[in-house]
Amino acid sequence: MTDGGKPPIKDWATDFDHTHPDYARKAPEVWEELRQTCPVAHTERFGGTWLPVRHADVSAIAHDTEHFSSEGVIVNEFKPENLAPIGYAPPITSDPPFHQMARRLLLPAFAPKEIDRWEPATRKACNDLIDDLLAGGATEVDAAVQYAQHIPVRVIAEMLGVPEEDGDKFRTFIHRVLEAPGEGIGELPYEETLDYYLRQVIEDHRQHPRDDLIGFLLNAEMDGNPLTDDHITGTVALLLIAGIDTTWSAIGASLWHLAQRPDHRKRLIEDPDVMVFAVEELLRAYAPVTMARIVAKETEVGGVTMKERDWVLLPFPAANRDPEAFERPDEVILDRTRNRHVAFGLGIHRCLGSNLARMELRTAIEEWMRRIPDFELADPDAVRWSTGQVRGPRELPVRILATAGSR
Amino acid sequence: MRVRLDSEKCQGHGRCYALAPDLFESDDEGYSVLKITGDVPAELEEAARLAADNCPEFAIELDEG
Ligand code: HEM
Ligand code: SF4
Repeated sequence: MTDGGKPPIKDWATDFDHTHPDYARKAPEVWEELRQTCPVAHTERFGGTWLPVRHADVSAIAHDTEHFSSEGVIVNEFKPENLAPIGYAPPITSDPPFHQMARRLLLPAFAPKEIDRWEPATRKACNDLIDDLLAGGATEVDAAVQYAQHIPVRVIAEMLGVPEEDGDKFRTFIHRVLEAPGEGIGELPYEETLDYYLRQVIEDHRQHPRDDLIGFLLNAEMDGNPLTDDHITGTVALLLIAGIDTTWSAIGASLWHLAQRPDHRKRLIEDPDVMVFAVEELLRAYAPVTMARIVAKETEVGGVTMKERDWVLLPFPAANRDPEAFERPDEVILDRTRNRHVAFGLGIHRCLGSNLARMELRTAIEEWMRRIPDFELADPDAVRWSTGQVRGPRELPVRILATAGSR
Repeated sequence: MRVRLDSEKCQGHGRCYALAPDLFESDDEGYSVLKITGDVPAELEEAARLAADNCPEFAIELDEG
């Protein structure tokens, strides 16, 4: 099958393409095959890129900031250069020692206690969306388009202090960065770019100070100096980009799973205590995020020599399905009690938004299951998965079989 | 049973204080802090094992003694 003019991949070990629709569709099978044959795959694409798939290799790279730089985290034809240690979106693109300073600034706002405050707003957003879904007695709805994608947008927009109505704009910006990176660079008028949008929003906060995350960044200091405009813009861009597609994917993939598993739906409803394990298990099995690094100094991993400036993908989702690290990795075991999954990464860049993402995922599943306890895929072939480094269903038509409760 | 938290390894994944809130708590930045000194009370041993088994960074060590 070809898609968008892309010929099929003949050999995943020597010529993989993680932006290919085949990868989007069947990534777990590709990792399984590679784990047995490689286990570090390579491609000449994007100027030379590696793909480790074992938990041990992914972990070694994520913990080794000496040989691997975060200067580039999204693999594409345009490799960032001379941006380390700060990078274009601190702290995700930053290396030590700068990384630690930029990260610590943000940590308190994303610590569990702070995030708990946002749960009522999240629950309300979920219920507003479900009200809209069910209005008029609809029986077929798109759980990704009409539900999952809006939840993280509403919450992060409120946290940052940007208009929620701009949600469509964010998703366009994000699509450019994550799903079609590098495409069409320089062709857009500046007024239509994320950078322009954010500089307007930040200027507006300067004129009208507010008690939100952007307001906080405008007042923040590092080493006694205010943050540069580039730092603030990069961080706000990161918080928008890092939190939306990722969480949308996790919610969507979880609903995709539940749509196919009546036994799991039943378990969640009858045994709410299992939720704390179920959320982690769904994150393990359907981890949406693959990161990347640029090799800073030649080194060896999993028996291959990675050269300076090569790209390396960090597929946390593949690590989560490594039989060396997890028992029965391809099975979703809702009450799995030994689960060191790495959906949120490993090492110093551990997802800053993990507490927020978990709260959103749990709340989104709880509210959906409470009000739509029975549902199934309307057409399995109509489910469309995203391509690139964030993997999740972008179209997810489901048939509603039963509704219950009210808000 | 004794429990040890390696703060060098902890990256604040937060699994331990979610699963064993009587043994661990979050500091202001989300990193874990051990709440007890000395032996783990018998009724918390199960929780301690759960925390150790779910830490992605292998930062929690148990001495079953
Ligand atoms: C299920 C949803 C999410 C997943 C699976 C996820 C996954 C990840 C992963 C794997 C990393 C590590 C990056 C690396 O090693 O280079 C990361 C970093 C990050 N994430 Fe998330 N993320 C999610 C949601 C969020 C949310 C909601 C936010 C906040 C708005 C967020 C903000 C960040 C930031 C700022 C970083 C960079 C941290 C650093 O470099 O120190 N993420 N995320
Ligand atoms: S689970 Fe591990 S990494 Fe996470 S906070 Fe606890 S000790 Fe730290």
